[in-house]
Amino acid sequence: MNAIFTVAAKEFRDGLRNRWIVAISIIFAILAIGLAYFGAAAAGQVGFTSLSTTLVSLASLAVFIIPLIALMLAYDGVVGEDENGTLLLLLTYPLSRGQLLLGKMAGHGAIMAFSTLVGFGAAAIIMGSFADIRWPELIAAFGLFIISAVLLGWVFIAFAYIISCSVTEKSKAAGMALIVWFLFVLVFDLGLLGLLVGTQGDVDAQLLPYLLLLNPTDIFRLITISYFASEQITGLMAIAQHVRFSTTTLLLALLVWLAVPMAIALLIFNRRSL
Amino acid sequence: MNIVELEQVEKRYRGVHALKGLNLVLKQGEILGLFGHNGAGKTTTIKLILGLIEASRGKVSVFGVDPTRSEARNQRRQLGFLQENVSFYDQLTGLEVLNYFARLKQIPKKQCLALLDQVGLRHAENRRVKTYSKGMRQRLGLAQALLGEPKLLLLDEPTVGLDPIATQDFYQRLKRLQEQGCTVILCSHVLPGVEKYIDRALIMGRGELLAEGNLHDLRQQADLPLTLQLQGTIELPEALRAHSTKNPSGISLQVPMQQKMQVLRSLMALPGLENLDLHLPTLEDLYTHFTGTMQLGPQELLEAQRR
Repeated sequence: MNAIFTVAAKEFRDGLRNRWIVAISIIFAILAIGLAYFGAAAAGQVGFTSLSTTLVSLASLAVFIIPLIALMLAYDGVVGEDENGTLLLLLTYPLSRGQLLLGKMAGHGAIMAFSTLVGFGAAAIIMGSFADIRWPELIAAFGLFIISAVLLGWVFIAFAYIISCSVTEKSKAAGMALIVWFLFVLVFDLGLLGLLVGTQGDVDAQLLPYLLLLNPTDIFRLITISYFASEQITGLMAIAQHVRFSTTTLLLALLVWLAVPMAIALLIFNRRSL
Repeated sequence: MNIVELEQVEKRYRGVHALKGLNLVLKQGEILGLFGHNGAGKTTTIKLILGLIEASRGKVSVFGVDPTRSEARNQRRQLGFLQENVSFYDQLTGLEVLNYFARLKQIPKKQCLALLDQVGLRHAENRRVKTYSKGMRQRLGLAQALLGEPKLLLLDEPTVGLDPIATQDFYQRLKRLQEQGCTVILCSHVLPGVEKYIDRALIMGRGELLAEGNLHDLRQQADLPLTLQLQGTIELPEALRAHSTKNPSGISLQVPMQQKMQVLRSLMALPGLENLDLHLPTLEDLYTHFTGTMQLGPQELLEAQRR
């Protein structure tokens, strides 16, 4: 336990040192404030719009950027130490491979959680101070959004560790991370849309929403959308209207998406030859 | 007490027979030099002792326990290791790097400062490792290996990048550690200078043990001639003339070790001798002798036997 904490603390300090934490926080804050203020610019007006519009459009933007940031943050977690020579050295220390990997994941997870909280939290405070929104409503909505955003980040950190544990070169890990991002963020939804159009809607309407659970980025979007159920839902997310998942179910689904890749990463790391 | 014991240890990687039945016993307080060309099995041996890989066959035991077992993990606190080309964490300062490793070994922080002082890095403790030279990184690595007063030290090319004074300093420290009961395995390519500090040498080639013993034993095994460099106007006795060659700096004479004293006596009796230099076979010569036969192909070996 102690060793896990030591590794995690070092990883977090690295995040502060190389400005990852500052960069992610600023990106998230600007994204959220910008969307809140200019979100209605297309309709010919600027100024803070409603909370639901802001968060739903923020979710559909964050769904691209959070996985990308998480993958970039953690893709070299193991393979980078290996190239440095420090992996070999660390494994001669009194800590197990599992402790090392969990420590590193915890450290990167903390970086992600801290920056998400600071970035989106700052945006929430600014919105609450200037827009005409009641605080309890704002805090509840942003709270849920931040929790689901952190979970999404963790899922992709776990993905990054699967990649990092299974390759021997950093550049290969970077390439694979890009492919994973492309598959989950773009290809999957396009495929699902293709399926819908190709079969001319002749797919079991009860089955389709469950297909969305096969992609953590869709689960993340569903959480925000289902929270603001009154909003007009367009695009792919509309197919989830037939089956309403509760927020708890969706959060649990994200936790499963976190636990399974973590277990796979541990398994691969334990078998990695030195 | 035997710190390290290897019994008929074999290691096969996919398609590569990295170690072929190695036996090794290391007693407490011994300094062992491990020599061999690239791919000789040195690194594999070290990794086996560290418990990083498992032997395909045979028995490995360190401090009396199989190092790959999870029970052996706590014993790693008594272990110091420095591998080749470790570059550490560029973003952290030297002191932070050492503190990190100390925490993982559960060693009080104040030892870090003392160690940085000993390796001469105290002035750079708050600079990022990114700005360190190769020699400084190597010294930081040494400080790391010495954390927690290890009982067994494994050092792979420890003096790479160190200047001659720092190298001397390092070997002196090894001697002191040995006096405290520390056992050391030293892998090195830099042969001159090492011989004074090791108790025993192990020369490996293609996964096999080629020769083992202290310098005296190895010299006897190798039976390499002694070289004498003579200067002056001298007339060599008939018996020695066959062994001599003329070169610009005088006469070079190669005689078997067993005849050393006898030849020296007869040389000293020569009236014109002005100067005499004596070269015993060095570790480097022994290394070349023992590994030389390894590098011959099967065809050449056959020919060598026929001769």
